[in-house]
Amino acid sequence: MIPAAFDYHRPATLEEAVKLLSSHGDEGKVLSGGMSLLPMLKLRLASYAHLVDIGRIPGLDYIKEEKGTLRIGAMTRQATLERSDLIRTKYPILADAVSLIADPVVRNRGTIGGNVANGDPGNDQPAIMLAVGATLVARGPKGERSIEANKFYKGLYETALARNEILTEIRIPVPPARSGGAYAKLKRKTGDFAVAAAAVQLTLNAKGAIERVAIGLTNAALTPVEASDAAKFLTGKMPDDKTIAEASKMAATKSAPSADRRGSVEYKKEMARVLTERALRKAVQRAGGK
Amino acid sequence: MTMAKHKISVTINGAVREAEVESRLLLVHLIREVFRMTGTHVGCDTSHCGACTVHLDGQPVKSCTVLAVQADGAKITTVEGLEQGGKLHPVQEGFHEKHGLQCGFCTPGMLMTTSALLERNKNPSEQEIREAISGNLCRCTGYVNIIKAVQYAAEKMR
Repeated sequence: MIPAAFDYHRPATLEEAVKLLSSHGDEGKVLSGGMSLLPMLKLRLASYAHLVDIGRIPGLDYIKEEKGTLRIGAMTRQATLERSDLIRTKYPILADAVSLIADPVVRNRGTIGGNVANGDPGNDQPAIMLAVGATLVARGPKGERSIEANKFYKGLYETALARNEILTEIRIPVPPARSGGAYAKLKRKTGDFAVAAAAVQLTLNAKGAIERVAIGLTNAALTPVEASDAAKFLTGKMPDDKTIAEASKMAATKSAPSADRRGSVEYKKEMARVLTERALRKAVQRAGGK
Repeated sequence: MTMAKHKISVTINGAVREAEVESRLLLVHLIREVFRMTGTHVGCDTSHCGACTVHLDGQPVKSCTVLAVQADGAKITTVEGLEQGGKLHPVQEGFHEKHGLQCGFCTPGMLMTTSALLERNKNPSEQEIREAISGNLCRCTGYVNIIKAVQYAAEKMR
């Protein structure tokens, strides 16, 4: 399969990339790792007259902690995240997910920025962005702006990014003591998107009760879903079996999937419940609770 | 619509090659149809099966899902480049010795993915081998002999 014809641009700087996007409007599209965009172009599910490849712009590939914030450059490859000791040891919610994204060869090209910004509800990292309360940093013609993850996803392949804005960095608060996170995903086979998946990040207080929690669901609607009712219900409570089961039920009611080859609506909602429960348990355990 | 062509230069299996390519030309088509090296296969053409796997600057990638122009300036190794000085690469020898293929369609991709694995991990466990090739599909072997072939190669390379 061959994509429809387009012009390819390889800017050397972000300024140049933004300028190119500005001059091409709806006809322009950012090319990051290309692991979603290129198949879509090949299948003719999308077409753009201009691709702006940000892959050679220096300074977009890093993972670092600075002043209480984990900063990840948008061009950081999934394979780099997967092999990062910092991610493995301190951000288990990211580590859980990355080895379940696509397959190892695809992860050599795919980037976290592309996963977060392309607006596909089947992508795993958007739900995680909701759970960890990430801030997404974008560069546009007027400079830089920050967008809270829970204000980022607008619809199917629609985000808060303007046509001439580029996601440059993901900022995640360094979790305080007694925090834990987990991502639980069900997929039919390697390379498939999730039947359902849940992202949980929480912090316990000194007594072991839940002080702060957020839950994100993957492939549960046209956008990643934040199960805020369940989170509100959990806050202040001890994470015992009954409470976790109740919260998982509440989260699943927020799931509004559509039926497809991965299962019926009923099945997917039930899986959202099961996976939320698993992710909650694991997150509590990792936070040092029981 | 007339689109500009791009002059690109790549180092493929050690040789510098230049080409003038359309933006939409895929890397696998550059390799197969422009450079006429047909060892790299096109399987699913949707980045699932891995038959088209080549090394791009040392990393295995699915060349059906990379633009040729994205590879400008890069070092590419294809299955034709594994053999050195008339001597098979240990993974090639392993696939031969352990009967790691039947129809052979997935083999070029398998060889590229597993040779890269052994560069990174000299002594992979069976689980690590299985994970490494989870993006390379084989419909003949049931993977058992492929695993044996990689273990054979790992031993050879140590």
